[in-house]
This record gives sequence, structure tokens and C-alpha cells, in this order.
Amino acid sequence: MKFGIVVNEGPYQHQSSDSAYQFAKAALAAGHEVFRVFFYHDGVNNGTRLTVPPQDDRNVVERWSELAQEHELDLVLCVAAAQRRGLLDADEAKRNGKDADNIAPGFRISGLGQLIEAAIQSDRLVTFGD
Amino acid sequence: MLHIVNKSPFERNALQTCLRLAGDGHAVLLIEDAVIAALDSTEPAATLKDAMQRLSVYALGPDLAARGLSEDRLIDGLEAVDYDRFVALACEHDATQSWL
Amino acid sequence: MSEGAVKKLMYVNRKAPYGTVYALESLEVVLIGAAFDQQVSLAFVDDGVFQLTRDQSTDGIGMKNFSSTYKALGDYDVRDIYIERESLEARGLSLDDLQPLTYEDEDDDWAEKDSIRVVDSRELAALMAQQDVVLSF
Repeated sequence: MKFGIVVNEGPYQHQSSDSAYQFAKAALAAGHEVFRVFFYHDGVNNGTRLTVPPQDDRNVVERWSELAQEHELDLVLCVAAAQRRGLLDADEAKRNGKDADNIAPGFRISGLGQLIEAAIQSDRLVTFGD
Repeated sequence: MLHIVNKSPFERNALQTCLRLAGDGHAVLLIEDAVIAALDSTEPAATLKDAMQRLSVYALGPDLAARGLSEDRLIDGLEAVDYDRFVALACEHDATQSWL
Repeated sequence: MSEGAVKKLMYVNRKAPYGTVYALESLEVVLIGAAFDQQVSLAFVDDGVFQLTRDQSTDGIGMKNFSSTYKALGDYDVRDIYIERESLEARGLSLDDLQPLTYEDEDDDWAEKDSIRVVDSRELAALMAQQDVVLSF
């Protein structure tokens, strides 16, 4: 089965990102494909490079980066939602005259078309949000 | 259809609306705070029990455990499942719908 | 843009506008998604019905008024807009409280037709059950 996963909320504030991560892990362990994980609304905050969570708790962002690396996952942050919330890659930062970029490894910024494509190409689209 | 509900019935009307709009023979999976609805002792339990005549209802075990809720307090017939089964349920049904 | 069979895609809106971002950002998905030629419909349920009220004026709250954007849905070929009757009634609203949304039917000499259909729960449940993908925000 090919899964598309949508994450609508940011790390720590809601359990959405955690639930999505556990689901993705279980799906991969069962031999399924995760076509894309699309982060929308505050979900784009899962892609920040600047997170410094306490040592005794999970590192939500890093966990996604590691899962992406291990399984070659496509983690996409919606560009419009990201711009609103101050998540910029190097190109976006330059284009918009900002003095820094802050995207974590394994994430890329792209348009809403990627969400629709995931909806069309996946066998199942599972949404985690508030 | 696999309906996924993640908010407590005391916080949000998501479960109520889900039950109103879920078709006969569909499945409902309670995750995150929505596992509260799976307890036999709550006020809204009657509505869920009623809906279970036409829907299969599940609760995510890890979310129950996280909230200190033992599986023997669940509504009779409501099954606790793990993430592996969550994935399997998503495969078994032809689509998923999240009620946020 | 898409290969293979066309999917039935429904966008479900259950939240009021402005209190949260979901109404605005879900509308953005619908507009972008229109380019993908799928069989798209929108459902407004619970507080989602408030997204379509007439005469929204946001000057006092300092937020962008995006209510006129819904009028563009017809131009984007989004012409199946369902409003749950029970949600309207529970909130003391009627269709008259909502802005009219229309599309031009190319198969009927471009006649302007209503995109909005008020449906009861049973009918909406049946429509939802037919969907290949449901997007919730």
C-alpha cells in the first residue's frame, strides 16, 4: 500500500506529529511505502532546524529527519504555510530578503500541488491534525 | 471508510459529528485524546454504544496507556489496537477520514 | 496533470472562519487542487457553515477578509458544494444567511447555476462514503 500522510500541527503543541510519526514507522515496518509526508498549517514547524528540546524527551524534528534518511522519505513543507510562519530554505530566504534560513535536514519546501499529488498518487491519505 | 477521531468528546464535537455522518459498516478509530470516549463510564458512552450496532469502533492502546486508562475499562466490544493494527485498518478500508 | 483514473476528492470544512486559520488555508488547497482535474466537492459541516456567511467585515479585527474568494470556486470548476442541513439548523441559519455561490454550465449555454446544495446528514453521509480521498483541516 502507498500511504500519503498529512501533518497539520506543529511539534509538541499537539500530538499530531507524534501520531503521524508512529503511524509512518508502523507502515514502513509492515513493508508499505510512504509516498510523501506533507506538512501544512502549523505542521510546517516540524521542519525547523533551530529546535532545542529538552534532552530527556523526544526530538520531534530530528526524529522525522532520521526516518526520512533511513527510508528516503519525501518530507514536504507547504511553501505558503511555511512563509507565513517563518520557515525558509536558503532560496526562499534570499528571494525574500531574509537574513537566515532554518529548514531541518530531510525536509524540502514546495507547493500545495504536492499535497494534491499525494492525494492522487497514494492508495490511502491519512491526516493528523487538530 | 475508516474514520479517525482524535479529540475528546468533552472538548470537541468531532466524535458526535463523525457518528452522525459515518456510514453503516464503517469503522471508527479513536486516537490521542479521543480514547477517553472509549471508556464505559462516561456520559457520552451511551451514544457510542448505540453507534456500535452499525459501526466497528477501536481505540489506540498506546494512547489509553499514556493516559493511565486500563483496557478493561473500555466499552464492551470496543477493541484496543496498536499502531500496526491502525495501519492494517487503514489498508482494510477503502479510504480514511479524519475528524479533527 | 494526473495520470490514470480520476479520484473523488472531498474537502470537509467544520470550523468557523478567523478564529483559526483552517478556513483560509483549506480554501487555498481547493483553489490549487482545481488544476488537477479530479472530481472535487466541498462539504461544510458544523461551524464550517459560518465560512460562507454574507457580509463578513474584518476591519475591526485587523484580519484579511477572504470571503469573496469563495465566489471564484465556480470559475475553478468547483461546483459541488454541500452544506449540511442539520448544521445550519442547529446554528439558527438558513441558506439566506449564506452568500450565493454559482458556476456557469458550459453544457447549458453557460447558464448560471447554484453550486450550493443543502443536504441532510443521511445524504451527506452517503456522499462521503463514496469519496476516494477526504481532506480534513
